[in-house]
Parts: sequence; C-alpha cells; structure tokens
Amino acid sequence: MSEALQQLSAAVEKGNRNEAKRISQMLIDQGMKPLDIVEQGLVPGMAVVGEKFKKNEIFVPEMLIAARAMKEAMLLLEPLLVKAGIKPKYTAVIGTVQGDLHDIGKNLVAMMWKGANIGVVDLGTNVPAEKFVAAAKEHNANIIGLSALLTTTMPSMKSTIAALKAAGLTGVKVVIGGAPITQDYANEIGADGFAPDAASAVDVVRQLVAA
Amino acid sequence: MKYTSLALKRPDELRFGTAPKPLTTKRGMTIGGGLVYPELNFTLPAMLVNAATMPEVCRHYREIITGAALRAAELEAPGLVVEFETVPPMTENPAWGIELTKILLDGLELAHAKHGLKSVLRITPNDTREMDRPPRMRSGQFWDCMIETFDGCAAAGAELLSIESVGGKEVNDEALMACDISQVIFALCTMGVRDMRFLWTELDKIAKKHHVQLAGDSACGFGNTAMVLAEQKMIPRTFAAVVRAVTAVRSLVAFECGAVGPSKDCAYENPILKAITGYPMAMEGKTAACAHLSPVGNIAAATCDTWSNESVQNIKLLGGMAPTCYVEQLIYDCRLMNQALADGPTAALLYQKWMINSDARLDPQAFILKPVCAIAIAEAIVRAPNHYDAGKAAALTAIRLLREARSVDAVKIPEREVVWLDTMEEAIAALPASESEFINQMLGLVDTTKFVAKDYELA
Repeated sequence: MSEALQQLSAAVEKGNRNEAKRISQMLIDQGMKPLDIVEQGLVPGMAVVGEKFKKNEIFVPEMLIAARAMKEAMLLLEPLLVKAGIKPKYTAVIGTVQGDLHDIGKNLVAMMWKGANIGVVDLGTNVPAEKFVAAAKEHNANIIGLSALLTTTMPSMKSTIAALKAAGLTGVKVVIGGAPITQDYANEIGADGFAPDAASAVDVVRQLVAA
Repeated sequence: MKYTSLALKRPDELRFGTAPKPLTTKRGMTIGGGLVYPELNFTLPAMLVNAATMPEVCRHYREIITGAALRAAELEAPGLVVEFETVPPMTENPAWGIELTKILLDGLELAHAKHGLKSVLRITPNDTREMDRPPRMRSGQFWDCMIETFDGCAAAGAELLSIESVGGKEVNDEALMACDISQVIFALCTMGVRDMRFLWTELDKIAKKHHVQLAGDSACGFGNTAMVLAEQKMIPRTFAAVVRAVTAVRSLVAFECGAVGPSKDCAYENPILKAITGYPMAMEGKTAACAHLSPVGNIAAATCDTWSNESVQNIKLLGGMAPTCYVEQLIYDCRLMNQALADGPTAALLYQKWMINSDARLDPQAFILKPVCAIAIAEAIVRAPNHYDAGKAAALTAIRLLREARSVDAVKIPEREVVWLDTMEEAIAALPASESEFINQMLGLVDTTKFVAKDYELA
C-alpha cells in the first residue's frame, strides 16, 4: 500500500474528514483508480475502527466520526465510480420488520456495512415483507438484514423470509438481529445468519457471501 | 415551572415505601403510605397479535392474571399493582386493548372476591404516534386510536393511566449515538416538554371524566435507550448518567399536568421526581433482569413505592408460568422492604444504605440515583426558571457530582470516560442563554425532516 493510501486510512481512523477529502482528491488527481482508493484506503481505515469498536476500545460516536470522514471522501469518489460503471461488490437491503419501530441497532449495522463498502438500501422501520421483496429485486440485493426488538414482531421475520423465498429470491442471504433474537431462532425460521451485535454484522455477512 | 421547591429536602427523607403525598386506590391500597407493593408486568411469548390470534392472546392474559393473582393471594401480599402495557396492535385496535383490560380486571375482581386480594390496574397504551414517519403528535389515526384506548380502558376500570411517551425521540436517538448533549437537551427539554404538556393535558381530561388517576410517564425511549447502549459499551456510561438527570425535566411535566403517581416503573429518573413532587414512584431493578439488564439492580429499590419486574413473557419456567414466578419474586422483595419499614426508620435506613452502597460505587448511572444526588439534581431543576435552563442545570449538576465522586474514589469511572464529562460540560457552557436562540440554533443542526415542527410549537 502506498504511503498516501496509508495516510488516507489513518485520516478515516482518526475521523479527520478534511484530511480524508484532501488525500482522496490528491489520489484522484494522480490518476489512481477510484475503486482502489476506496478498497485500499477508506475501507481499511474503517476496518481498524470496526475492530477497535469490537474490542470496546472506542464508542459509537467515535465510530460515527470516522464514518463521516469516509462519507465525505466518498462524495468525491462516488460520481467517478458511477461514471465508470462500478458498483459495490455487494448490496444489502436492511430494515426493521413490520410492527416494530426500533431502529438504533439497525442503523448501526447499516453504518458498519457501509464502512465495509457494502451498498446499503435502508428501508427504515415497520417494513412489510412485500417491501423487502420489492427492494431486493429492484436493487439486486445479495444480503437482506432484518431487525426486531419485540417478541411480538419476531414472527414478522419468519413471514418476511417466507415472502422472499416465495418470490424466488433464494440466493439472497438473510441476516437477522435484535434483542430477543437467537441463533436457534435464526435456524428455526430459515435465516442464513444471525448477528448478535452491530460489531459482528460485517463478519457474518463476509462469511455468508464467501460461502 | 410549577414546582419551585422540593417536597423532600433531606436524603434520609427520600426512601422506599413512604411518600409525602401517598395515593389511595379504590380498593384501599395506599401507595407511598408505609408499604411497598409488588407491581407485575408481563407480555406475550413470541407470537403475532391480529384478529386471528386474539382468542389465543385473550387466553394468555386470562392465564397470566389467574396464576399471578392466586399466587399473590397465597403469599398474602398486602396488595398488587398490575400493569397492562399493551403491544402496538392493541393500541392501534382499541377494542382489543379494552377487551384485554376487562379480562385482567375480571381476574383481579375474582381474586378479590375469593381471596380478598387488593389490587389496582395500571394501563399503559403504546405511544403509537411514532408509527407515522415523521410522527404526527397531535392528530391523525394513531393519535385517535391511542386516546380511544386510554378512554376505553379507563372507562372499563383501569385506575392508573401511564404512557412511555416519545415526543422528541425523533432527535434523541441520533443525539445518543453521537453523544451530543446539546441535542439531548433539545429533544428532552424543548421537544419533549412541549409534547408532554399537550399529551398530559389531554390525558387529564380522560382521568377526570372517568374518575381515575394520572400515574406518570417515563423517559424510557430516551434514558433507558442510553442505559442499554451504555450497557452494550456503545456509549460512555457517564453520558448515560447525565442523560438520566436531564430526563427528569421531561418526565416532571406529567406531574405539572396533574399526575399523582405512582410514576412509571422504568423511569429511573423517579427518585428525582419523588424529591420534587412528593408523589409515590414505581421502580424496577434486579427483578427486572427478565426484561433488560441494568447497573442499578439494588439502588433502584432505595426510593420505590411499588417494585416492578418491567416485563416478562408468559412462558413456562420450572416454577410455573413466568408471570406467576415473577409475582412471587416481587412479593418476597417487598416483604423484606416492608419488614425493614415495620422495624422503624433506623432499620429502613440501614436497609436502604445497603441497597445504595452495593451499587453506587460501581457505575455512574447508579451513583446519580443516590438520594443525596437525586436531591441535588432535583434542587437544580426547581431553581431553574424554565425547562431549558432546568435541563442544563440537571446535566451540569450530574457532571459535577460524578467528577467530585471520582476524585474521592466514590465512583468508578474509567479514564476514557472522564473526557466525556469535559466534552459535555464544554458543550453546555457554549449553549445560548435564551431558549428561543437555542431553538433557532438546534433547528439548523438537527434533521428537521424527522419531525413535524408545528406539532412541537416550533414552526
């Protein structure tokens, strides 16, 4: 990795958005491929942040500052990626299932996935099964993230997975999470993965898409 | 600000089982009158609630109340508070919430007739206004259904009205994740206070119409979200502790609008409210681990007048159905507190000291619930000329208390959390003196697409 890319990673890690933008622009001007800037500069920086968070070395606000630095740099890079026809390797559709309004956990997972350069379509809260199906088709999703915090909305995860299968979306990997959710429940309803917390959501997806 | 002085000025006056303004229920339970009562709450196992499942839902609630009331009678509980906290479909379909209220009241009536068990039912409909995005806080289908649920349940005989209202949560969620204390104050003391004033004025009309009581609100979606995030190590515990102090300003508004307690169990800001208002309070701690973990298991009981389990699913445990098991646990917790009260103030204060000291040093969130801290925060609130200033004063007092306590090793705060005390203090110091200026500043900073400014009198 070049020194400039290392500096870019460090800028993201420290949440220094001005520096992240400056280095990204410099690398663009030097003719580096935008995807290389993302994958070799920004993503490794966020990966370090994710690891620190997983080890309880930093708090969410510190992670948010890093994510913001990456986002600012992406504002420069995204138009170039679009122009070159390059999309993130994986796209995830995420939402809190029907009847449930909790969204903090879901938002955190979305942020972690974005930091790993996964394209994220956030459908919000109280999302009916048919909306997940439509979004998965529209965005050609590889991953569906379902969140629930209530025992009375957990069954909506099952019906959402059934709707995805009924729509023929059998290749999409479904990851579920939320306070009352367990691996056993994920197995029971046919989910492909269970993320016990936001920090592990990236690893779970990486394992699933690599399988 | 309605309250300009404290009902309880000394830490030794702020204790469990006694409140200067106790509440006597229709069945003759005097809450805050020298006894702590168990308060049972419960929910369904994993299942959908819809028209097709309603017969099964009714069966669950019948089973819950029959088992729990019988066990309470067998253990000779002096009384039982039952909280029916609905799940959203029961508020969206008021007839369902009302039907289940009647089932619970029938069960309690039967236990009274057969065994002489005194009881009272608290109804806590969901604040379903947030089902709309952005939420409509003062009109619309969700508002109408929520009010209809309150009205119907009160008419059916639910004697205590409560809610975990969500006004301001649209801003607070992000403020918590960013640990932005200025936006927390905006969410709680500007948006929350305005919403509470409107909501609780409406609830007061229902209470008066049906001759029932306004019990109180909870900043659950605010302070408890912070507590859970801190427990998961997502945000600093110091931040969650300071947020807790600020939540008292918002929850106080229910009392300014006529609430008489017992305020909601999950409102860990209740010790501060008890010091200000003198009304009885519900609390939850170690016996609520079935619903959520917390760092305040013992100290939460130090000032309670009802003692709750927050919520437990109706599932089978080895001892019986979970609500029956939990009513037993609550009753034994209360027996111990009531024995201490019966042995006189010295015994009660010694038991309270153990509750306090076993938790307070280990977590800043526990520390600020110490009666001496609750009174200091309460004092800062009542001295403030308005809710905005009260929010700032509550936060600054909590920061000062935590910093002083850490300096003498009275509370454990890791080094990496101390910096957050400085960050919060600096942020508050930079806030404008007037609320109108503060509102203008905040409206330029927060995501205004997430709420309807008009519903908060901000447009």
